[in-house]
Amino acid sequence: MLLRDIAHTRTGDKGNRSTLSVIAYDKNDFALLEQHLSAERVQAHFAGTVHGPVERYALPQLGALNFVMHNALGGGVTRSLALDAHGKCLSAHLLAFVIE
Amino acid sequence: MKTTLRIGAGAGYAGDRIPPAVELAEKGQLHYLVFECLAERTIALAQLERSKDQDEGFDPMLVARMRAVLPSCLAQGTRIISNMGAANPLQAGHAVLAVARELGLPQVKVAVVMGDDVLATLTQSGMALPVLESTQTLGDLQAQLISANAYLGAEALLPALQSDAQVIITGRVADPALFLAPLMHHFGWAPDDWQSLGKGVLVGHLLECAAQITGGYFADPGYKDVPNMARLGFPLAEVSASGDAVITKVAGSGGCVTVATCTEQLLYEIENPARYLQPDVVADFSQVQLTQLGPDRVEVTGGSGHPRTDTLKVTLGYRDGFIGEGQMSYAGPGAQARGQLALDLVRQRLADAGYGEFEGRYDLIGVNAIFGQTTTSPHEPAEVRARVALRVPTQQQAQHVAHEVEALYLNGPAGGGGATRSVREVIAAAAVLMPRESVDTNTVLLNAEGH
Repeated sequence: MLLRDIAHTRTGDKGNRSTLSVIAYDKNDFALLEQHLSAERVQAHFAGTVHGPVERYALPQLGALNFVMHNALGGGVTRSLALDAHGKCLSAHLLAFVIE
Repeated sequence: MKTTLRIGAGAGYAGDRIPPAVELAEKGQLHYLVFECLAERTIALAQLERSKDQDEGFDPMLVARMRAVLPSCLAQGTRIISNMGAANPLQAGHAVLAVARELGLPQVKVAVVMGDDVLATLTQSGMALPVLESTQTLGDLQAQLISANAYLGAEALLPALQSDAQVIITGRVADPALFLAPLMHHFGWAPDDWQSLGKGVLVGHLLECAAQITGGYFADPGYKDVPNMARLGFPLAEVSASGDAVITKVAGSGGCVTVATCTEQLLYEIENPARYLQPDVVADFSQVQLTQLGPDRVEVTGGSGHPRTDTLKVTLGYRDGFIGEGQMSYAGPGAQARGQLALDLVRQRLADAGYGEFEGRYDLIGVNAIFGQTTTSPHEPAEVRARVALRVPTQQQAQHVAHEVEALYLNGPAGGGGATRSVREVIAAAAVLMPRESVDTNTVLLNAEGH
């Protein structure tokens, strides 16, 4: 199963950090998110783009996890050479995360 | 006193759409309509405009926005709050009055909030301040510095709200504070009522990106479908004296307000949800509850707050060299191999010209431009676009980079087409923290006579 089947995501930018929320469509699936989406696994999913570290915050009443990914935006939106300087596309990339 | 305050969001960024703001102004039965239009480096760019012409430096869409909403807002008693003053709030205030005169609304009064521009103060006494996320001090950036603007809090807007001005114009203010200010003013929340202030910040944070909570930036066909998206409405909040609120939009507008759209926006650009640092309060979103009350109505409760910090964040704009960029497309069998050859050629030619030391990107758009090497596909793409971008010290060097890509036409692989090149100055943003007592704010009232 892909993360996309049970959750939706949105990224935001703060300096050279990308914030990434992962929200279960059904709060009953929150336990799966908590179990599979460790900070380490999320960082590994973005290897080559996010240099880390990655922090994780849990909001169980919303069925949501919030990740703060450090050193993720090529030096920050205003200086980055990347095509997607804001890292907006990172949220969609996480949807391909495989939950087994 | 009104028991419920109705606040709408008329823009979520500088270039936002105008028709949904008009719809809100006409049908939202609003007490306040807030336009948030300042991104991180917008003020630095506006300051450059002002340095060329002292009458410029405020939001270029201010006149169009005011022309569109002023008549409805005046007729219904809806007050307008906006940070469209950017680097020149006073001149923006005069521009609002000019629109009012043109529309035959001579009774309009404007309050202008100033004091966010702290460049002079910092130049005198702040050069030792450490730059956040960096090992430098402000002094290290002094020669390149364009602007320094403190994020003002809601408190700075209270004198303007206490006046009889229908339009309030500011420069840099923390985005949620544009919404918190009318709540503090109306409900009489004390500046140390951390719980209420935290709830007010929560309302502001949910509204400040406008359509991002009504179905914008949300649709994913088959997974997250959004109705009537072409006519997305902008949001409004019905806020009670306790600070709890309902997020909704006007009947008949497109989009949707659901627990899912609200959760995405709640966490948007948030780091630790229990400590969202704002000028007026450290807001706490960690216990927020969202409840769907009905179609397009979501109740927001559980916001809280903790005592504010002693410092204000200051955003700095500084010159940081130039970016030269070029792109070229390749298609058909072997597209990816020819695109890669093109990148290799440009890399070698730039290295031969002495550009090897500069930070650069060599992307194949359609293959690896977004995620680097993390995605692999067994299928060759039908087309790719080679992209080279380097950050270099001078404009001339940036032009050389862009030309080197374009020259692939006659000097590169077969079948390249659609070359584009661009050169732009990098106006970078950085931040320092300064003691809040070093920031003095003041309010200027303007009426139709222009004074």
